[in-house]
This record gives sequence, C-alpha cells and structure tokens, in this order.
Amino acid sequence: MSKYVHVENVKVVFETKNGSFTAITDIDLSVQQGEFISIIGHSGCGKSTLLNLVAGLIEPTEGALFCSGREIDGPGPERAVVFQNHSLLPWLTCFGNVYLAVERVFSRKEDKASLKKRTNDALELVGLSHATHKLPHEISGGMKQRVGIARALSMQPKVLLLDEPFGALDALTRANLQDELMRIVAASGTTSIMVTHDVDEAVLLSDRIVMMTNGPSATIGEILNVNLPRPRNRLALVENTEYTHLRSEVLKFLYERQAKKAA
Amino acid sequence: MAVISINRKVKDDISPSVIKVENNVMNIDVGKSEDKKAEIPNKKIILLSKSAREFLFKKTFPPLLGVALFIVGWALLAQQSENLPGPEKTWNSAVELFSDPFYDNGPNDKGIGWNLLNSLQRVGIGFGLAALIGIPVGFMIGRFAFFNGMTSPIISLLRPVSPLAWLPIGLLVFQDSQPAAIWVIFISSIWPMMINTAVGVTKIPQDYMNVARVLKLSEWKIFTRILFPAVLPYMMTGVRLSIGVAWLVIVAAEMLTGGVGIGFWVWDEWNNLNVEHIIIAIFIIGIVGLLLEKFLMLIAKRFEY
Repeated sequence: MSKYVHVENVKVVFETKNGSFTAITDIDLSVQQGEFISIIGHSGCGKSTLLNLVAGLIEPTEGALFCSGREIDGPGPERAVVFQNHSLLPWLTCFGNVYLAVERVFSRKEDKASLKKRTNDALELVGLSHATHKLPHEISGGMKQRVGIARALSMQPKVLLLDEPFGALDALTRANLQDELMRIVAASGTTSIMVTHDVDEAVLLSDRIVMMTNGPSATIGEILNVNLPRPRNRLALVENTEYTHLRSEVLKFLYERQAKKAA
Repeated sequence: MAVISINRKVKDDISPSVIKVENNVMNIDVGKSEDKKAEIPNKKIILLSKSAREFLFKKTFPPLLGVALFIVGWALLAQQSENLPGPEKTWNSAVELFSDPFYDNGPNDKGIGWNLLNSLQRVGIGFGLAALIGIPVGFMIGRFAFFNGMTSPIISLLRPVSPLAWLPIGLLVFQDSQPAAIWVIFISSIWPMMINTAVGVTKIPQDYMNVARVLKLSEWKIFTRILFPAVLPYMMTGVRLSIGVAWLVIVAAEMLTGGVGIGFWVWDEWNNLNVEHIIIAIFIIGIVGLLLEKFLMLIAKRFEY
C-alpha cells in the first residue's frame, strides 16, 4: 500500500503548430494511501498536466501511471476531480449536480432513497444543506466550490484530485474552505493530490509538497516532507518555527532556485 | 366573516375545554394577521401607481406618437394618390372583413380567418418537419467532426439558395401545390435550426465535457444532462430565426401556388384591385409574424440560465 498512486518515468509531449512541446518529463512519484500531496510550481510548470494525467484526462507520451495497482486508462469516478472553476452544470441544482455523480457510481447497487441520502449527506458535509435546491448562479463562488467538493467526495473516490480548487476565491473564503477540506479529508482518510500556487495552502494542508521546476520540460525539483502534527490550526501554526521553516523552504525553492525570469 | 362566526362560537360555547378555546383563539389570530398582510401589498400598489403611471407614460407615449404620425403620413399620401386608400377607408373595410372572418363560399372565396389558418398550418407542418430533421442533424454535425466534414460542403452550397428556387422541384416531385408549398417552408427554415444547433454543440465548455468524462457518463446521460440543456438556448435562437424565415416565405410561396392562404389572398385581391384588402393583409402578416416572434422569445427566455 506504500505506492497507492504511482507515476513512473512519465513524459508528456504536446503537438502544437510550432512543433512538439515537452510539458513535463522524467516524473517519478509515489503517493501513499491516505496521504495529502500538494504540487506547487510557477504557472506553466505542468502541474495541472500532472494532475490531469492522474485523472486520466490526458495520456502520457512515455511512462505509465498506476492507481491501487492498476494502470490508469482514461478518467473514472474512482479518481474524482475538483475543478478549478467548479464546473457545475448550471441547469442542475446543487442537489442535481451531486446526484448526477452519486447516481453514476451507486445506482447499480442502491435504491433511490439511498442515493438521495448520499447526496444530502455530501451536501451536509460541506455545510450546504440550506442551499440544496438552489441553482449554481444563485450561490456564491465559495459555495459553488463546496458543491464541487461535495460532488467529488460523494463518489467515495480512491483518490481526490484538486486542481487549484480555491484559486478563484477571496482570501477569507479560501481560508474557510481550506479548514473544511482539512477536516473532511482527515475524517474520510481520502488520498488527495492538490495543485496549488499558494505556499501557505500547500504547507497547511499537505503531508508532502512536490515542487516542480519551471517548464518547458518541467520535472520534480524537490519533495518536501511536512511533519507538522494534525489536526493543524492555522493560527497556532503562525508561531510554529517548523511551519515557518517549511514555508521559507518552499519560498526559497520557488523564488531563488526556480526564479521566473520576468514574464 | 368566517373569523367572526368562529369568535362567536367560542364566546357562546359555555363549557369549552381550555385547549379548544386556545386553538380557536390562535386560529382567529392567524386569520387576522393574514388579513393585515393582504391589505399591505394593496396599499403599496396604490402608492406605486403614481410612478407606475409615469413609467407607463414614458413607455407608451413614444410608440403611440410614432403610430399616430405614421397614420397621418399615410392619410396625406393617400389624399395625393388616386388608387391608394387612406386609413379610414381601410379601417372600414377591415371592420367589414373581420365581421365574418370564417365564411366559406367555395374553394376560391373563403373568409380571412380560413386563409390565415391555412397559411399557419402550412408553416406549422413545414417548420415542424424542418425542426424534426434539422435539430438532430445539427446535434450530429456538432458532435461528430466526421459528419460535419461530410455535410458542410452540401450545407454551404444549399443554404444561400433563395427559398422560392425550390418550388419547381417541389411541384415536380409532389405533383401538387399544397405539399410543394410545405416543401419550400421546410427547406428554407431547416438551415437556421441545423446550424445554430451545431454551433451550440461545439460551444459547450470543455469543463462540462471533462465532468462527463470523469464521471464516465453514458452517451445518453451526456445527451440529456449536458448536451441538450447546454445547446437549448442556441437551438431556440435557431427556432426563432427559422419561424421568421418560414413566415416570410409562405406569402411568396402561396402567391405562386395558389389555394387558400394569406399569400394567395393578397394576390387574389390584387387581381380584384381591392387595395384596402392588400393593406389589411400586410398588417395581418406583420402582426402574426410579430406574435410568433414574441411567443418564441417567451419560450426561449425560460431556457436561459
């Protein structure tokens, strides 16, 4: 079980009008069950590409990916994705959006009442019981992202993939959702991989931080272990020397070793 | 009234249980508060009506003035001309015409109502068939690049052809003017629906399709939960454009094919030199076209998110 998600010598080349473009190369990564991994790097470093590979939305040009011992072959509900821009279907209510996922995964074995209960439970988990029957345009950005998280978790995925889930939110909402995500993931023990460009978010949430070098031909530069005890409290961590140290490690990597030339 | 009678009952009843009285009192209270609530919005409406009247004036005055000037201009023009009837003459003729819209003196002399209904029926059938074929084909074109490649040269070639150019083909194939007219409606109204639907499918955000892929939805679920709702606004635009085209074309088609219909009626009245009736027909065609458009706009609005 030490290699729950396993990425082996992966390379991705995109064919563009101006010839081939190597997005990422020589990626080797193993994620343990129940681990929370962050992938951090400057924009264009292929961190989303790596996440999409695990999701199965794109295929590697070279190398292979495995999830719980099986090769990843296309997307599937056992690797649920929380998209950056929530990607809720605007014509379905919050309930409808989550139910679509629940129905897909559990309708063969369970009756309607049980599917509805799962949907309501998922919405309750993210604190949205009151907005069940609202349409996405009737709720705030933070609430939309909560529905996105509820939709992903409702499928009881083996791996939860988060693609800059809080990138579009304001700082206060982001902090709230980070705390809730920490609580939910701790309770469910779901293996999670999150793409982020927020250093504090990475240190606060992760067990390990995967730091990527700049693209093109980006690869994993360093992996930082975050041995802060859980449950973590953002206020207490501000004074924590280990936290400060880890934070500065990530910052040093990003702004000294992988400093972006003025874009 | 009901509240008062309950009240009396409570008072008259000498030995009611305490709970009963309480229940009744509560009921009365609820009734009273409901009455109060009902009164408040009424007052608000009265208060609002002043500004509402002002708003109404701003909204209705310019169009009314425009219409009035139009009629005056028309009357002046009619005075100068020997053949063009003025508004008054046309109005009188219209009153006479609409006093019996559904008379039937044989196939060549029917009331205006019959003519209008016949035209609408042709448009309905031709347009309906076009929707039945055009919309699914539009979905296929949008969803499958191969199918798009197959159909795009044919569509690009046929779409700019004037609708009436199709009439001889219709007459030749169907050997009858009625289906030929419907055929012209069909072929001219199919393009906007087909093309708009296809464009709608290609415009679906990749995010939605990624959701479908991650959930591994079946083709049917993708269609009902993602494709169809996402394309619906585009489709409704196509439907609206199509019905506009169909209503434009029916008049011309009927002038050529004859039979009972508003287009043929115009032509018939021209042969009778009844110019008032031609002017009335122009207004009827305009108003019906406007109503069709407004009706479809109303439906289309319901499908916006």
